[in-house]
Amino acid sequence: MGDTIANLLIGEIGIIQDFCLEAIPLNLLEMGCLPGKEVRLLQIAPLKDPLYIKVNGSHLAIRIETAKQINITKLL
Amino acid sequence: MKSNSLLNIALVGNPNTGKTSLFNQLTGLNQKVGNYPGITVDKKQGKCKISEHLTAEITDLPGTYSINPTTLDETIVLETLLNEKNDSFPDIVIVVAEVENLKRNLFLFSQIKDLQFPAILVINMSDQMVRKGISIDIDALKKELKSEIVLISARKNIGIDDLRKVIENYKKWNTEPVANISDKIDSVFFEAIETAFPEFSLYKSWLLITQQKNCNFLSNELQRKITEFNKDNEKIKKYQHKETVYRYQIINEILKKTYKVDKNEATDLRSKLDRILTHRLFGYIIFFGILLLIFQSIFAWASYPMDLIDGFFANLSELAKTNLPKGTFTDLIAEGVIPGVGGVVIFLPQIAILFMFIATLEETGYMSRVVFLMDKIMRKFGMSGKSIIPLISGTACAIPAIMASRNISDWKERLITILVTPFITCSARLPIYTILIALIIPDKHILGIFNLQGLTLMGLYLLGFAAAISSAILLHYVLKIKTQSLFVIEMPNYKLPSFKNVFYEVVEKTKAFILGAGKIILALSIVLWFLASNGPSKFENAEEFVTAQESTNNISEKVLNKKIASYRLEHSYIGNMGKIIEPVIKPMGYDWKIGIALISSFAAREVFIGALATIYNVESEGEDVGTIKERMASEVNPKTGGKRFDFATGMSLLLFYALAMQCIGTLAIVKRETKSWKWPILQLTGMSALAYIVSIITYNILS
Repeated sequence: MGDTIANLLIGEIGIIQDFCLEAIPLNLLEMGCLPGKEVRLLQIAPLKDPLYIKVNGSHLAIRIETAKQINITKLL
Repeated sequence: MKSNSLLNIALVGNPNTGKTSLFNQLTGLNQKVGNYPGITVDKKQGKCKISEHLTAEITDLPGTYSINPTTLDETIVLETLLNEKNDSFPDIVIVVAEVENLKRNLFLFSQIKDLQFPAILVINMSDQMVRKGISIDIDALKKELKSEIVLISARKNIGIDDLRKVIENYKKWNTEPVANISDKIDSVFFEAIETAFPEFSLYKSWLLITQQKNCNFLSNELQRKITEFNKDNEKIKKYQHKETVYRYQIINEILKKTYKVDKNEATDLRSKLDRILTHRLFGYIIFFGILLLIFQSIFAWASYPMDLIDGFFANLSELAKTNLPKGTFTDLIAEGVIPGVGGVVIFLPQIAILFMFIATLEETGYMSRVVFLMDKIMRKFGMSGKSIIPLISGTACAIPAIMASRNISDWKERLITILVTPFITCSARLPIYTILIALIIPDKHILGIFNLQGLTLMGLYLLGFAAAISSAILLHYVLKIKTQSLFVIEMPNYKLPSFKNVFYEVVEKTKAFILGAGKIILALSIVLWFLASNGPSKFENAEEFVTAQESTNNISEKVLNKKIASYRLEHSYIGNMGKIIEPVIKPMGYDWKIGIALISSFAAREVFIGALATIYNVESEGEDVGTIKERMASEVNPKTGGKRFDFATGMSLLLFYALAMQCIGTLAIVKRETKSWKWPILQLTGMSALAYIVSIITYNILS
């Protein structure tokens, strides 16, 4: 079981590995969320969803079900 | 004046890049809001003088991250750029980018370039480069992008003249594409496309293929040709992904050579503010505090201009009556048109104040934080965090509120938002609430501080909110619409709001209200006036009949005239309609007189009071609320001998107006926004049935 963005703790950074194309909205890719990019979890909304991330220079909020579809490796 | 010598400029860019600031700088008050044919999205256009001999018409397209649309607003960008037959098809495109997010902005720019428009990159907020430790090698970037670039700071009016000068020479701009998608993805496939569509640029053909469902301007033949290429959905999706990756590769390479950031990023302010504003406790407290402030100002501040407007139109109507020659035409003007216009204008203060707040909150970047905070909660009700904006706007008027739902990308979430927004207590319900509460609720304090009337009013607001939420939950379970969540929002940097942008936004929103809702309210007011001032034979003979009847009584001419007016209304078409529906509304505790007022108020709720005033033959002109209240208080129910507007009837009416869909303007907007009669009809029947049942139950329990 690999990690996804949903497994990151606040402040942690991961590198995006891959994702199921079907499950990811095209606009998320177009905003820079692509394999090989660094993603940092900045904040989690009070009810654990959505997640506030920084990826490829963009500050974005995505829903947890989207985050779960994006596989990453954590950077230590 | 529309002439061919005008240069058509399209302004595109990511949200939060200051695109609107630039638009306002270039066009000033020289703006107009129109509609795109077939859809209701507002089209913002303005004229701008580029040089002595060159004037441009600039179209401010909705903010978007890509030409591939995810919301209704963004579809406009696609259509404007691809359909060369549309009025605003650009001669040149200005792409507004922001210095800090240049990478993502260049993504959109590269798409525009590949469409082979003469395009210019405008990098905004350049005044912040030093502070943020950013340096850009503009000359190198120009060469890499094969494009003109201008640095500006729209808010400080820096660089705008340079931009004008560069635009002047637009004929010499390079229109080569920057990304060669064909080689990198599947050259065989793309060469086949090129052969099939020799008349278009390759990227345009590719967009037509991938976005066919969003392009309804294509000829049948073209449609057929396109379908040959996009049968394999999976392949298309894969290629779109490859394209995105490839574009970022190119952009990263270019930026490596030309763009440098000193890593001492000053992002402190953002994270500090975020920590407070999205805090699990303070975040909500601050949000509700702001909501309270908004409501307070809608009621407290807006009431002054509203009273002025009310008085002004009453006087105007009186003026028309006394100064114009007597006749049907004068009546139409004085009793149909002027009050009709007044009924529209009266809402402007509240709408303007509300949108001033919303525009300010959006400008600062705070609205995205509210969406972030509320998304999970709203999803439980089948809506999105973005539904908050329509729901708040609904407290002023459901019409601009429903239009504000356009940026919700998920159709089901958007539909539910549209369907439940009219439950939110809008400003048109207020005059009815105020007068009925004054009639049936004693002006007493409980626990020393809480005014009973105020509490009732608050209760009605909460009821509207609760009705919206519970019907949303119901719809969430009933509506079987499968959608994939496309929810991605940008969390922009915080910035101070620009007064100019807020001002223009308010002007634009109020204009949209007048043009959208105003026309319908006005038209229906005229129809109702006609129904109230014409009727079968008894109506025609009203004057003789009443005069004969009252001849033995010694009454003044004024009283006689009022009696005639009252008799007329009773026997007008609308009076007959009131009597016809009496059996239906009897269980709610109403008689035919209230029935007339119910029918009259179908166009716009606030007409209810005016209609009652006419029926009870009191002065309906001016803000004579005192009189109409007294008259309503003294009206006797012939069956019970008690008051007509007793507690039971009053409560039944209050609840009816809280829940019923008494607004034809909203229905029209829902029809346009959902492109179907199905939803407004569902809304009308559902809300009316609910209001009807609740009113009957209330009346029977209380009486």
